[in-house]
Amino acid sequence: MFNIVEKRRWYFIFSGILIALSLAAMGVSYARFGQPLRIGIDFTGGSIFVLEFDGAVTEDQLRDVFEQFGLESAIVQPLGSPEDYRWQVRTREVTAEEVGELLTALESQVGGLNRDALTFDTVEPAIGSEVARAAGLAILVASLIIVAFIWFSFRRVPNAFRYGVCTIAGMTHNLLIAFGFYALMGIVAGWEVDSLFLTATLTVIGFSVQDVIVVFDRIRENTPKYRREPFEKVVNRSILETIHRSLATQLNAMFVMVAIILFGGTTIKPFMSVLLVGMVSETYSAIFIAVPLLVVWEKGSRRRATARATA
Amino acid sequence: MSQSKTWRLVAIILIAVVALFVTLNINHPAWVENLLFWQPEGQRDISLRLGLDLQGGLKVLLAADPPEGQEFEASSMETARRIVESRVNSLGLTEPVVQAQGERRIIVELPGIENPEQAVETIKGTALLEFVDAGFNPVPPGTVVTTTLGGPQAAEGSVITDTSSLTATLEGEDTSDIVASTGVTETQPQASGQVYETILTGADLANVGLDRTEQNQYIIPFELNQEGAETFSQYTTSSVGQYLCIVLDKEVISCPTIREPIPGGRGSISGAFTLEEARQLAIQLRYGALPMPLRVESFNRVGATLGEQSVNRSVRAGVIGLSIVLLFMLIYYRLPGGLADVALVIYVLINLALYKLIPITLTLPGIAGFILSAGMAVDANILIFERMKEELRSGRRLGRAIEMGFDRAWPSIRDGQLSTLIICAILFVFGTNFGASIVKGFAITLALGTMVNLFTAVFTTRTFVGQVAEAAGQWLSEREWILGV
Repeated sequence: MFNIVEKRRWYFIFSGILIALSLAAMGVSYARFGQPLRIGIDFTGGSIFVLEFDGAVTEDQLRDVFEQFGLESAIVQPLGSPEDYRWQVRTREVTAEEVGELLTALESQVGGLNRDALTFDTVEPAIGSEVARAAGLAILVASLIIVAFIWFSFRRVPNAFRYGVCTIAGMTHNLLIAFGFYALMGIVAGWEVDSLFLTATLTVIGFSVQDVIVVFDRIRENTPKYRREPFEKVVNRSILETIHRSLATQLNAMFVMVAIILFGGTTIKPFMSVLLVGMVSETYSAIFIAVPLLVVWEKGSRRRATARATA
Repeated sequence: MSQSKTWRLVAIILIAVVALFVTLNINHPAWVENLLFWQPEGQRDISLRLGLDLQGGLKVLLAADPPEGQEFEASSMETARRIVESRVNSLGLTEPVVQAQGERRIIVELPGIENPEQAVETIKGTALLEFVDAGFNPVPPGTVVTTTLGGPQAAEGSVITDTSSLTATLEGEDTSDIVASTGVTETQPQASGQVYETILTGADLANVGLDRTEQNQYIIPFELNQEGAETFSQYTTSSVGQYLCIVLDKEVISCPTIREPIPGGRGSISGAFTLEEARQLAIQLRYGALPMPLRVESFNRVGATLGEQSVNRSVRAGVIGLSIVLLFMLIYYRLPGGLADVALVIYVLINLALYKLIPITLTLPGIAGFILSAGMAVDANILIFERMKEELRSGRRLGRAIEMGFDRAWPSIRDGQLSTLIICAILFVFGTNFGASIVKGFAITLALGTMVNLFTAVFTTRTFVGQVAEAAGQWLSEREWILGV
C-alpha cells in the first residue's frame, strides 16, 4: 500500500516553503505599498474612473483636468490596447456633484467620452474603514463557526478537538497561500483587495472543510474496522480510499473556475483566481497537511501514554 | 418496478418540464405569471432580473446621518426609505431598487442613469417649503433669507443640499460652487438681517401637481389642506398688494404679489422652470423632507456596454465550463456519470427557473457563484459513485452497492453542504449591511445552488440510478465497466 502519511516531513517542508514565499510576497508588497496586500477603495475610500474616449488623448491632458478639481494626486493609467482609448484614473473620493462637472470638463477639454462605457466608483473613507472592520470580524466568525462545526460533527470521536485544530491549521495554510498569491498579483498586476476578495476569502474558509471532512469521516468509519492496525496505517488507508473523490471533485470545480477565468467577465478574474488558488491549496492541505498533522498529534500523545503506562 | 419509485420518476420529470418551461425565453401567458402570488401584484413577471453591474446604471448607498448626539428610530428609517422610493419612482425608470440595508443604510439602484448629481439631488432633497410674508418689498429670487421657522439647520458640513441646480438656473448664474463646498447656512449671502414671518410650510400642502401655462411656462399648482387653506385665506385677505415669497430651503424662489384674497386654498408656483426643474420641485414638495439627513457613502456606475460584455462572457464561460464537467463525468463514471449529467442539466434548469420565479437579481459574481455551484454540484454524485464502486469491488450486489453508496456518502455530503450554507449566511449578512450587492449576489446563488443540489444530486440521481439498475441490473452486473469500475 502506498504510504502517504509516512512522507509527511516532505509535505511539511514543501508547505513551509510555499508559506515562506507567500510571506515574502506580502513583505515585498509592504515595502513597496505600505500594505501586505494592496487595499482597494472598498476599504480605504476613494474614486476610480474608467473613461473611454472617442479618440486619442494623452495622460497630461487627463491629468490637467483632474488637477483643476484639486485632484493632483490622481493616478492615470491606460487600459487595454491603445486603440481602445480607455483610461483608468484613481483619485481621492469625488462627490456626486463633482463627477458631473468633471465629466463635462473632460468632454470640453479632452475629447468626446463614450458615455455607455463610462464606469466609476466612489467610496467614502469612513465607510471604507467600517467595511474593513466588519470584514475582519466576518473572517473571524467564519473560522470559529467552522471549527465549532467540525468539533460538533466529530464529537463522538475521541479527541474531537484535535480534528478541529488540524482543520484550522489547514485553513490557515490555505489563507496564507491565497493571500501570498494575491500579494504577488498586487505587485505584478496591481490587483487590489476589494469586497469580492473578501468573498473569496470567506468561501475558501468555507470550503476548507470540504475535503478534510471526507477524510476525517473515513477515519472515523475505519478506526473500529481496523482496530489492530496502528493509527497511522488507518489514516493512510482512509486517505487512499477517498483520494479519487477529492481529485475528481476538485477537477470539476477547477474546470468551471478556469473557464470563468479564461472566458468570463474581466472584473471577476482576480476573484476567481484567488478562489482557484485557495481551493487547490485546500485539497492539497486536507490530504497532505491537516490529516498528517492529526497523525503526528495522535502519535505523540499515544507515545506519551505508553511511556506513562510502562513507567 | 415499485410504485413509489415510479412516482418519484414522474415527479422529477414533471419538475424538469416545469423548470424548462419557465426557463425558456418565451412569452409566458399572463395567467401563469399571475400564479406567482408571492410577487407584488401588478409586477408579477417571469423574467430574468439583471443587476446593475450587468445592465448598467447607477448605484447610490445612503446612510442616515443624524446630527451629533441625536438618535433616530427604526421607523423613521422606513419613512425615509419610502420617501426616497417615491422620489426615485417619479424619475420614471424601469425597475429602480430602493432597499433598506442593515439598520441605517439605504441602497438605491437606478438602471440606465448616468449622472450621479441628478440622482443624488432627487434622492436626498430635504426640501423645506415656506410661504413667507415679505411685506411691501419683494425679495429677488436666489436670496437666502432667515425666517421665523427653525428650518433644516442640520444641513451643514458634509450634507449636501439639493437646491444648487434650481438656484443656478433661476438666477442665470452658477451658484453651485457655494453649495457644493460647504453648506447653506454658512457662506451664502444673507439678504439683510431681516427675519421673515413664515405663514405656511410644505406640511400644509395637500396636493401638488405639474402643469404648463399657455405661454409654455411650467407651473406647479398646489392645494392646501383645510387648516392651511384657512390660514392662507385669512392672510391673503389682509395683505392684498403685498408680496408673498415662496422659499425653498431658505432660498427665495419667487415673490408673487397678492392680487386678491385666495379663499379656496388653491394656488400655483411659477418661475422660469425647465420641465426637469419643475418636475423636481414638484417631487420635493409632494414628498416632503426626509425625517433625517442622509449622507452619500458610496456611489458607482457601470457602463451599459461593460454590463453587456459581462453577460456574454459569463454565458460563454458557463457553457464551456459545464460542458467540460459533463464530458468528464461521462468519461470517468460512464453510465452513472451520464445519469449524473442528466441530473446536472435538471439542476441548471431548476436554478434558472428559481431565479425567474423568486425572483433573484443576477449579478456578475452571482453568475460566477451559480457556475461554481454547478461545477461542485457533481461532488455529491462523485462521493456516491466512488463509494458505489468500492462496494461493487468488495463483491456486493449491484442494488445493495447503490443503496450503500448513497447511504454512506450522505454524512460527508451533508457536512460539506452545511459548511457552505454557513459561509453563505455570513456573506449575506455582511453584504446586506454594507449594501454590497455583489457579495450578496454571490452568496444567494451559491446557497440556492447548494440547496437545489441536495434535491438533484441525491434524490434525482438516486432515482435514475435505481431505475436503471432495476431495469437492466443483470445485464449491468455482467458488464461492470459500464459502471466505471
